[in-house]
Amino acid sequence: MNDWGTLLTIFTLACFIGYFVIWGVTPALHSPLMSVSNAISGIVIIGAFVAAGQNDMNETKILSILAIVFASINIFGGFAVSQRMLAMFKKKQASNKTPGEKR
Amino acid sequence: MNQNFSTLIYLLSAVLFILSIRSLSAPNTARRGNALGILGMMLAIAASLTFGQIQDFVWIFAAIIFGAVIGLYAAVKVKMTALPQMVAVFNGLGGLSSVLIALAEILGGSHSPVETSLGLVIGAVAFSGSMVAFAKLQGLISAKPIHSRLLHLTNLVLFLALIGCLVHFGFKAEVRIFYLLTFVALVWGVFLVLPVGGADMPIIISLLNACSGWAAVSIGFSLNNVLLIITGALVGAGGAILSYVMVKAMNRSLSHILFGSLAQQQTLVSAEQKTAKSGSPTDAAFIMENASKVIIVPGYGMAVAQAQHILAEMGKDLHEKFGVEVKYAIHPVAGRMPGHMNVLLAEANVPYEDVFSLEDINREFATADVAYVIGANDVTNPLAKTDSSSPLYGMPVLDVEKAKTVFFVKRSLNSGYSGVDNPLFYADNTIMLYGDAKNVTEEIVSVLEK
Repeated sequence: MNDWGTLLTIFTLACFIGYFVIWGVTPALHSPLMSVSNAISGIVIIGAFVAAGQNDMNETKILSILAIVFASINIFGGFAVSQRMLAMFKKKQASNKTPGEKR
Repeated sequence: MNQNFSTLIYLLSAVLFILSIRSLSAPNTARRGNALGILGMMLAIAASLTFGQIQDFVWIFAAIIFGAVIGLYAAVKVKMTALPQMVAVFNGLGGLSSVLIALAEILGGSHSPVETSLGLVIGAVAFSGSMVAFAKLQGLISAKPIHSRLLHLTNLVLFLALIGCLVHFGFKAEVRIFYLLTFVALVWGVFLVLPVGGADMPIIISLLNACSGWAAVSIGFSLNNVLLIITGALVGAGGAILSYVMVKAMNRSLSHILFGSLAQQQTLVSAEQKTAKSGSPTDAAFIMENASKVIIVPGYGMAVAQAQHILAEMGKDLHEKFGVEVKYAIHPVAGRMPGHMNVLLAEANVPYEDVFSLEDINREFATADVAYVIGANDVTNPLAKTDSSSPLYGMPVLDVEKAKTVFFVKRSLNSGYSGVDNPLFYADNTIMLYGDAKNVTEEIVSVLEK
């Protein structure tokens, strides 16, 4: 178990890493950045596993199962939509002949 | 032993998440970034399931698969113009997930009620705020900014109530108060986003994104989970920086956006005496095919008209048939979320080397023969540079007026979201092309392809 001070230290350092890493992202990719970071914020899902994994069905378990559903939508949807976006960023030679209406 | 092993895997996941975002620094490494993120997530989930002393896996797997089906379906179906709404919904669900975890914690007897309730409050604001943002972006409710003293007063009261509940909770962890807290936080999220106008949405979406990260941080503190803290901090920093970038690009302050701006109140210059020249798509096609350099400036109006494909075709025709140098200039706040316009152009197969940000292209307008402004207005307004009484003053704008000829594709001479008249419409080198962005561009393309 970590004490509160350790967690706060980790949090503070992580904020600094975030600050420097995010400024390095090119503005052209700000939309994918948002949807990737959105997807990884679905990491809260692991906070629901223990309560959802107990044997007896009670309100705690039900709430945790719902939490897993929503976080899972966030994770899968977020990564999938980022993949779709990033797949469209192409270099000149790779650009397709027919820009057909994709949906 | 197991504890150590899962700690190591969590560390690995955290590193992967950091590398994932790091890879987004350039388009050619960006896809790898997404893959690293997915890998990090899979490792974290696998480690938690393996070492979490879980007795019953059935419901967990059912819930993950159910969510995955919905998420994947939505992600595959969504149109790129509707991306901001989609991200808002996903973000809101992440917040909702934090709320439910916090509730489960409290009902199961939390050891750290303050951190848990903080996670609940931030998550709830992210959830209800995102839902309102979704409704605004989707056009379910009016996207007009609302300026009302009463609303701001309500916000203040709700905020104080929230602080009161949190403090009370610190002393005495009553479940009853916890429900009240949830309710107040949800309502506050609604009232916070409700007054925000459509043009300010990129800022709000970024901010809500940050909230879902910070909710994860709080949950991490209450569950003593380092990975949640690191990941949440990354996401929080991302959202905060993006909203800062957007606020700068719009020359607004965050308090103005959230608590009402006075910009709308000012009297507008009447446009009656001035006349604007207008031209036909045929004229535009003729001038552009004889140009040596054309810079295209797309704005949200282009996205609304779904004109990105035909616009890309116009650029391609000009380049391939007439040897014109074609570039695209993107203002940071073009679109409804940061980077939205870049995604739309990429969707239409515009190579990313031809797409430039404001700082990179602004000097080039002086050497351009044509600036083709489609669905953008305020981001080109020269008053932002000259008129200190204008609400736009100080906002970085694209210097389109320096091009030899400026085409404005617009439905009318109406002012943009800021409500400020654009003197560029009446400039000598400006030609208005009235009509729908898509139709006008289609006509130009049909002339070019003759």
